[in-house]
Amino acid sequence: MENIDLDLNTQSVREINQFFHNLNSSDKREFEILHPNGAHNIAVGLDAPITVHIRGHAGYFIAGMNKQAEITIHGNVGWSVGENMMSGVIRVNGFASECAGSSGHGGLLIIDGDASSRCGISMKGSSIVVGGNVGHMSAFMAQAGYLLICGDADHGLGDSLYEAIIYVRGKIHGLGTDAREEQMEEPDYNKVSELLDMAKFNYDPKEFKRVASAKTFYHWSPNSKQFSVL
Amino acid sequence: MNPDQSREENFSFNSKILNYIYQAAETGVYDIRGLGAKRHVPTFDDLVFLTASMSRYPLEGYREKCKTKTVLGTRHAKKPIELDIPITIAGMSFGALSANVKEAIGRAATEMGTSTTTGDGGMTQEERQSSKTLVYQVLPSRYGFNPDDLRKADAIEIVVGQGAKPGGGGMLLGLKVGKRVAEMRTLPEGIDQRSACRHPDWTGPDDLTIKILELREITDWKLPIYVKIGATRVKDDVKLAVKSGADVVVIDGMQGGTAATQETFIEHTGIPTLPAIRLAVDALQEIDMYGKVQLILSGGIRTGADVAKALALGADAVSLGQAVLMALGCNSPHYVIENDNVDVTSEYHTLGTTPGYCHHCHTGRCPVGVTTQLPDLEKRMHPEWGTRRLKNYLQTITMEMTTLARACGNSNVHHLEREDLVALTLEAAAMAKLPLAGTDWIPGEKGI
Repeated sequence: MENIDLDLNTQSVREINQFFHNLNSSDKREFEILHPNGAHNIAVGLDAPITVHIRGHAGYFIAGMNKQAEITIHGNVGWSVGENMMSGVIRVNGFASECAGSSGHGGLLIIDGDASSRCGISMKGSSIVVGGNVGHMSAFMAQAGYLLICGDADHGLGDSLYEAIIYVRGKIHGLGTDAREEQMEEPDYNKVSELLDMAKFNYDPKEFKRVASAKTFYHWSPNSKQFSVL
Repeated sequence: MNPDQSREENFSFNSKILNYIYQAAETGVYDIRGLGAKRHVPTFDDLVFLTASMSRYPLEGYREKCKTKTVLGTRHAKKPIELDIPITIAGMSFGALSANVKEAIGRAATEMGTSTTTGDGGMTQEERQSSKTLVYQVLPSRYGFNPDDLRKADAIEIVVGQGAKPGGGGMLLGLKVGKRVAEMRTLPEGIDQRSACRHPDWTGPDDLTIKILELREITDWKLPIYVKIGATRVKDDVKLAVKSGADVVVIDGMQGGTAATQETFIEHTGIPTLPAIRLAVDALQEIDMYGKVQLILSGGIRTGADVAKALALGADAVSLGQAVLMALGCNSPHYVIENDNVDVTSEYHTLGTTPGYCHHCHTGRCPVGVTTQLPDLEKRMHPEWGTRRLKNYLQTITMEMTTLARACGNSNVHHLEREDLVALTLEAAAMAKLPLAGTDWIPGEKGI
């Protein structure tokens, strides 16, 4: 299959995104984006089953609101990679800054390295697999989907969670309000195994812990301890 | 002791405060309610027009043409919004409001040539179909937000804050979270849903600049992007919104409504709409962006006179929320079915209120079927009836606005200007920076 190169040394982000938006929604071609040089908003709003390789470090909102496309960033990314993604697969070969995969409705985001704070914030059904550690307040108010962390999780993990489930292999430096560690059951091991396979990470599912919502905030009342005094 | 003296009410601990303390002591939890601030604040009622006389020449009040066309989003968008009137409908969610209400709003707005706005929970198919011009909100919760609906929109509104609760998020109590609302928001049915107070993917103006570019990229730079701000530090916030790339800034004053939030927010945060517009205009003028970035003003706009005054003070358009609901029957003692009035006063009493005083939108048990998701109540506000009512109301205030503009000698409502206004109170004069009526004194100007 033809492999088409797009080059940010000679083309603008606008030109490249417009090129992608003009594709047929069933187009299956493969593309390389050269010299991203930290540019923001590369490959946002895609809606075709194409494969995109971004060859280098990239900035904020990379692959935002993705549908269908399989996008690999061969480098690090700035804030909010794959924000509000609907489907498809996004893989970051390096590290991701804050808010990775925020409010994702579907699809799979894989970060080979660490992800900074608020990873998976507000997620609504997507899956996120992080090979390294995640920063504080990850999965804040996450509604649905899975966040799998192969390393450690910083404090405030799963604060104000709804129905999303978090799996952590390493140390949890502190749970957020209304989050609690729960017993791993057979469906959890199966889910962890499935996510690890999809991400091509080789860990034993038995090493993971499960974090979910205690659901004390589901109904607003004076007993739900909606304030904290530290 | 003199019996009159013994019945003297304590100013600090009056009956309202006593009730508040008794309830807090009983329940251990604060009040949540709907609509906007009930306290008295300086408003547009404290301003009057200096209509034409010898020094100005009026236009014939009913017959001469007075243009109302309004264009929003001319700064960057390939397709700015063109409206027949400068009166738009504010964002209100499906969830807070019934589907019938959203449909009636869309149809009435379309008949009047203006725009309506989605709300938390995303865009419904009925709303898109009934609204010729639909503004799609990007809210902190991102409930139901998706790129397909984004591309179907005519404009985008990034909601940073709301006048009723700047700095606070929203709450949709469980009774309003039926199957459809729950599915749209990806949450379990019947739970109390919190809408976050800050966005998940950006925090400050530098990030927002890039976020706005992302939205422009996804929509191929076609759509205008509004930034909506609850009126607090208006000057700074307007400048930062412009710096971030907004085409339009929406300023929502403290009288603005909500479907549900803490009463302490509604009554004790933000500044009134009157000073907010003056500060917003000052901000744009200071950075030489007045006329380049459009201003929409909201927060307790009710009458044609309010709209005319907002425009005279520098707004390009206004946005209505609560007044729209009232046109559809909010707080009325009856609803109408097949031309018959059905009295529901007793149902207001069951909620612990009475017609004219109700702010129980948060309960979902709206007796007139406006702020509900319960099928039996929703039927009480029929879309046909609601469309007619709202269209009539919008038409009335448009006529009022144009008649005031003509009397000031203007053939275009956008030609109304600050010099057409004076203030009736010291507070309004100081806040709007207008002369006190009968004087040339503007409090705070020239150091006095």
